[in-house]
Amino acid sequence: MNFMKWRWLYFLISFLVIIPGVISLIMFGLKPAIDFTGGSLIEINFVEIVEDQELSAVNLEESLQDVYELSSIQQSGHNKIILKGKHIDNELKNEVLTLLTNEYGLIIEERFETVGPSLGKELLRKTLTGVIIAAVLIMVYVWAQFSELKYGVSAILAMFHDSLILLGTFSLFGYFYGTEVDMLFVTALLTTLSFSVHDTIVVYDRIRELKRKYPRYKLVNLVNTAVTETLSRSINNSVTIIIMLSALAMLGGDTIRWFTIALLIGAVTGTYSSTFTAAPLLLLWDDLAEKFSR
Amino acid sequence: MHHKTIRVFLLIIFLTLVSLYIALPKEVVPPLNITIFGKQIQKDFELKKGLDIQGGMEVVLRADMTEIANEDRDTAIESSREVILRRVDLFGISEPTVTTSKTAGEYRLLVDLPGVSDPNQALQLVGTTAQLDFRLQNPDLATAEATNSAIAFFNQFEMTELTGKQLKRAIVQFDPQTNEPVIALEFDDEGRDLFAAITKENVGEVLAIFLDDYPLAMPRINTPILDGRAVMTGGFDLEGAKQTAIQLNAGALPVPIEIIEQRQLGASIGQEAVKKSVKAGLIGIGLVMAFMIMLYGWNGLIADLALVIYGILTVAIYKIMGVTLTLPGIAGLLLTIGMAVDANILIFERMKEELRLDKVWKRAMELGFGRAWDSIKDANIATIMTALVLINPLDFSFLNTSGMVRGFGITLLIGVLISLFTGVVVTRTFMRLFLRDPNYKKDKRGKNK
Repeated sequence: MNFMKWRWLYFLISFLVIIPGVISLIMFGLKPAIDFTGGSLIEINFVEIVEDQELSAVNLEESLQDVYELSSIQQSGHNKIILKGKHIDNELKNEVLTLLTNEYGLIIEERFETVGPSLGKELLRKTLTGVIIAAVLIMVYVWAQFSELKYGVSAILAMFHDSLILLGTFSLFGYFYGTEVDMLFVTALLTTLSFSVHDTIVVYDRIRELKRKYPRYKLVNLVNTAVTETLSRSINNSVTIIIMLSALAMLGGDTIRWFTIALLIGAVTGTYSSTFTAAPLLLLWDDLAEKFSR
Repeated sequence: MHHKTIRVFLLIIFLTLVSLYIALPKEVVPPLNITIFGKQIQKDFELKKGLDIQGGMEVVLRADMTEIANEDRDTAIESSREVILRRVDLFGISEPTVTTSKTAGEYRLLVDLPGVSDPNQALQLVGTTAQLDFRLQNPDLATAEATNSAIAFFNQFEMTELTGKQLKRAIVQFDPQTNEPVIALEFDDEGRDLFAAITKENVGEVLAIFLDDYPLAMPRINTPILDGRAVMTGGFDLEGAKQTAIQLNAGALPVPIEIIEQRQLGASIGQEAVKKSVKAGLIGIGLVMAFMIMLYGWNGLIADLALVIYGILTVAIYKIMGVTLTLPGIAGLLLTIGMAVDANILIFERMKEELRLDKVWKRAMELGFGRAWDSIKDANIATIMTALVLINPLDFSFLNTSGMVRGFGITLLIGVLISLFTGVVVTRTFMRLFLRDPNYKKDKRGKNK
């Protein structure tokens, strides 16, 4: 099938999906979790709370105003609240708990996390380093494996495409649902990179194989044949991953929900980009090269 | 060729059975307890659970090294590590780990206390600077009871004002007369005066040195010492003297430590999350298996069988290697199950193509495996590289060292490696042995030749 005839359409689709996310990234940015900014989080289970007491944000803020500067209050379950605020130490946390006990009766401290501000910056730096190292390694590997720079560069661009979509989507999630970007998100981002390149390599591999078989064919024909031959495998494989991740996202509980959603987005865009970004980019590269050599 | 296939098949069955034995929880199978050549081998395999699953506390401490000379810093952090480890050991926390790290010129201690039930007390143990103090034995309480009961023994010592703060240093020397190792203590000005006052009034009594409420040495005062330089003699061998000096210095060099990160989690949250993830995972696995059968029929069933073996092998490897299971780790494991069938899908699709080219079923199968292998190998190497960046096995300080991220990376890596085995070797062996051309009878023989 002549898939590549429509290559500008695929670029347009990618463009349309990426643009809202990029606008959101520029306007709202991402909502970093305390892993990156430093700060604290206390999850409390109010076990003894009586009916007429209201766990409203205003009430809680009032009870705690002298000790704990809150930045957000979130309901995390029945009579469960997550408080977030500045970096505090254990003593101050105990004070908070005492205050709340006085007000609302017996409470259970389910979770407490506090991260110093310097540590957050360090993590951000390490994360960026990790992403860059993974990207460079993969590019060099693809380049070496297919012995042409355009394969490496196109694979990286497809990876970049997937990362942008993931980052953009989470910027939108952050704006509309308050979704935070934490260490797990970074892990999901790195995994997306490997998803993306995994599928891309399968397509490229087929192009290489066809090239050996039919050395006289034009690249566009090779790409078309390769895409046709690998498409059902690509779709079937991502369906299995999507089945798994959807089950986890829907039933797997809150802790890893956003993580699995991030992986899910990565899997979908990774599959799309291998066939509809990484492959046509090879042709675009040749087109451009021809133009410049003239 | 057939013999080889059968051998591989038997090996797979053997591996699976051994792994199944390891993978099953010990409530189902009794732990290994056998005697080989008179040697008793006992081993029970348990899945290590991470902080986010079983609850507990993780603390990152920063050591303030501004007051400590450059060359002493490594010793100081190591002593701090030992002191903290001893404290938590005494507290009775199972499997505590304390590691040191040097990041961006900062010395840090990472303390992991799984399953700790009283975080406040644990934090006090961990987060306070080493406490060295000198205590006088009260002769009235040094009774027979004190030698028998630990509590009475500790109670016979009374605090003095002298602490590790006033101790400048402790070094190992040799007694010029007896040539025995001794420990020389040197106090600062304040310590000299305090020490002088104590030694003047209590000649003949024991002035014990306590490190974190635990007696480290119990020297007797022989003469009043006024110049702030004391020598502890007697009973030391060289190793013991060195050890004691290190500990004295650890107390004497109280590296002020500061908590820069603290995470603690009750056990209930994690267990609930695990239950949910496992349930979600089982549903997911069921759907993936059904999907494979739907698409590829008998071949799909073989792939499912390989997937079951994949699961058993993976859990067994986790237990053998002591992989700490975290929630992202479970997600990683389930994700790799989704990915594990990828090799099969590649192979089966390839097979379909060969069949379309009118190849004999058996030949198509072998070609499918052979031709798909290149893609499988190349694609998985890329995943392995990403996993290695996540795991950071060489402990590069510019990369992540967080347990959660590593946990995910390790499950990803193990998953890829095992899925290569089950997706290719296991599936191929099973297919060679159990599957025949489904259209064999209908086939007009000779057509494909």
